Amino acid sequence: MSKSRSAYSTPSIKQKSDTYIFVVWVDNEAGVLARVVGLFSGRGYNIESLAVAEVDAVKNISRITIVTTGTPQVIDQIRLQLTKLVPVHKVGEFKRDDKEVIFKEMALFKIVGKKNKIEKCLNACKKFNPVVLDETKSSAVIQITALRREIDKMSKKLKPLGLISTSRTGAVAMTRGAKIFN
Amino acid sequence: MPKLLTGAEIVFKCLEDQKVNHIFGYPGGAVLPIYDELKNHPSIKHILVRHEQGAGHAAEGYARSSGKPGVVLVTSGPGATNVVTALTDAYMDSVPMVCISGQVPTHLIGTDAFQECDTTGITRPCTKHNWLVKDINELSDVMHEAFKVATTGRPGPVLIDIPKDIQFAKAKYNKPKKEKKLNGKSHNKFSANEIDQLISLINKAKKPIIYSGGGVINSGPKASDALRKFVELTGFPITSTLQGLGAYPGDDNQFLGMLGMHGTYEANNAMHDCDLLINIGARFDDRITGKIDEFSPNSKKVHIDIDPSSINKIIKVDLAIVGDVTKVIDKVNKTIVKKKNGNGKSNKPNIAKWWEQIQKWRNKNSLNFVNSEDSIKPQHAVQRLYELTKNKDTYVTTEVGQHQMWAAQHYKFNKPNRWMTSGGLGTMGYGLPAAVGVQVAHPEKLVIDIAGEASVLMTMQEMSTAVQYNLPIKIFILNNQYMGMVRQWQELLHEKNYSESYSEALPDFMKMADAYGCKGIKADDPSDLDEKIQEMVDYNGPVIFDCHVDPNENCFPMIPSGKPHNQMILGPNDQEENKIKGKGKALV
Repeated sequence: MSKSRSAYSTPSIKQKSDTYIFVVWVDNEAGVLARVVGLFSGRGYNIESLAVAEVDAVKNISRITIVTTGTPQVIDQIRLQLTKLVPVHKVGEFKRDDKEVIFKEMALFKIVGKKNKIEKCLNACKKFNPVVLDETKSSAVIQITALRREIDKMSKKLKPLGLISTSRTGAVAMTRGAKIFN
Repeated sequence: MPKLLTGAEIVFKCLEDQKVNHIFGYPGGAVLPIYDELKNHPSIKHILVRHEQGAGHAAEGYARSSGKPGVVLVTSGPGATNVVTALTDAYMDSVPMVCISGQVPTHLIGTDAFQECDTTGITRPCTKHNWLVKDINELSDVMHEAFKVATTGRPGPVLIDIPKDIQFAKAKYNKPKKEKKLNGKSHNKFSANEIDQLISLINKAKKPIIYSGGGVINSGPKASDALRKFVELTGFPITSTLQGLGAYPGDDNQFLGMLGMHGTYEANNAMHDCDLLINIGARFDDRITGKIDEFSPNSKKVHIDIDPSSINKIIKVDLAIVGDVTKVIDKVNKTIVKKKNGNGKSNKPNIAKWWEQIQKWRNKNSLNFVNSEDSIKPQHAVQRLYELTKNKDTYVTTEVGQHQMWAAQHYKFNKPNRWMTSGGLGTMGYGLPAAVGVQVAHPEKLVIDIAGEASVLMTMQEMSTAVQYNLPIKIFILNNQYMGMVRQWQELLHEKNYSESYSEALPDFMKMADAYGCKGIKADDPSDLDEKIQEMVDYNGPVIFDCHVDPNENCFPMIPSGKPHNQMILGPNDQEENKIKGKGKALV
């Protein structure tokens, strides 16, 4: 049977997808991350990266930062659906190329090799605030903070120089200037 | 020192303070402390079901027909998993429901204990919110918040999972707080400016239509009153979704009947050709819109809904008004009246031509069918049932399938909360337990489940519940020996390959009635149908009515396969010209 026998309509023409960053303030309680992540998987939205931690120990508030892609209609739905969740306090949403917002990710690189190779690595990382967290005669752990694409690039570049392991976080975001999200 | 109560006592204190009179449930190991406490609370009556799914649907029927939240009590593990279908059903159709489930003691959670399951994990996507109560001091607040979440905004089901040790543990009871802010989730955000925009659209419209949905019912009886006034003030035609039936009188001349896949010709064509579409409490479901790209192409669209996430989800609208239907429509009505008393002119003459066009569509008589003297046509059976029960304040539930659509088409509802059906999830087996719940809420009223023989067998065991509590529900089975809607699609789309849609070995429903201890009536001759329906209505007790109908009848009209609203197939005569072609098959 080549024809589809679906009981539903076929999708109409797709709009263009863009990358957005959602910042979600939630009550830090059991299962809250599952609710947020489950909403994404249940409704077929995707998550490119995720960062979550408590930011206010007194009020028990966690801040979740999610990078996702979607059409304007989907992005709208994500915001509205997130807002409906009971433990969600507020939701902020930004386009990735928004100049008013800073996005950063962190990566740890483990380099194994001779001193000169490690030096080369550090040199290559210069633009991204490299910090050497651990060093032995034959290895080093380097921390950098940068944008996703930059970290992608770096990890490619460092491979031939002895990069054997990469660990990276999801993006976190903050507005520039004195303004805060509402 | 305040008096300390056990968890089980707190559960009942909360139910009492929330004015709960009935709970539907089934006992088991992990809820025994709560069941033990039941005897001390005479104001709360427990209805023992035969399967937890039945408890859920009964609570839905109770809630939909009374406007109060339905309450369910089940045990851990299988008790909780059995109620998942009903929770999902309530979530899809926005029915307020509070489900309390037992859980294994906290120290055993996560150990794969006997009858343990991750209840809050399983029910997370099918509830508005759920709670696992691990601290007895939180129990009363959680219970009160649960009722609040279930009944405010867009209603829906919630679940509270209470481990057995928490049911024994003691704590102080907290009364419900007066106004707890739900994270600032306010529901009436509309402005006077939006109302004015709507009025201006109303005044300009030449071909308007109102499309109302279940939100009107959920907003309470006042919303139906407001809607009726609005329709009267504007003179606009109105159509309704499956869930919205009854909000506007089904026999009124301004009502075009139900719209959508099995809606009337006039309703669907009016939706397609209109220049102003006012959606009141409906959600542009895919059974309503047909092909999205060609949905009502030339209209300004207005959407009134309490749930902001319903706006622009499927259909982009020109004006969105987020708020409770009663509040919004009341405001609109007041504004219209005020403007008319000034120098505003009525726009009724503007739409005279539109009504002429609608009358032309109406003349097609799209709900027509070829009646027979040899066999009972299912549409005829529903019509006769309607004629013989319309003077009573009748409550109707249905299962899911052809009979459901025939009931929606041919039974005319004049009041809200009289029609209980599973629309969003389409749960076969909904109707019988829902009828149990409706009858519990309205013991003196006539409650009929218009059923199909395949659907009703899925929750047949609840007949035993009806008999136990003397609930005189009438199960009116349109028996065509097929899963009728499946058969219909196979006939239209799959070259009449009736794969597994015929029930080879149906039970004898007369004997079944006998076995359950209720009355059985069988009809297969159109000439004595009336008499037998009357016998069913007059009988004071539960009845299983086995109505043998023409097995080959299809449900028309129908928007076929990937077609917009203005290309319906009407009935057997119309089909030759309108065969469903290859590509369209994917779209039904």
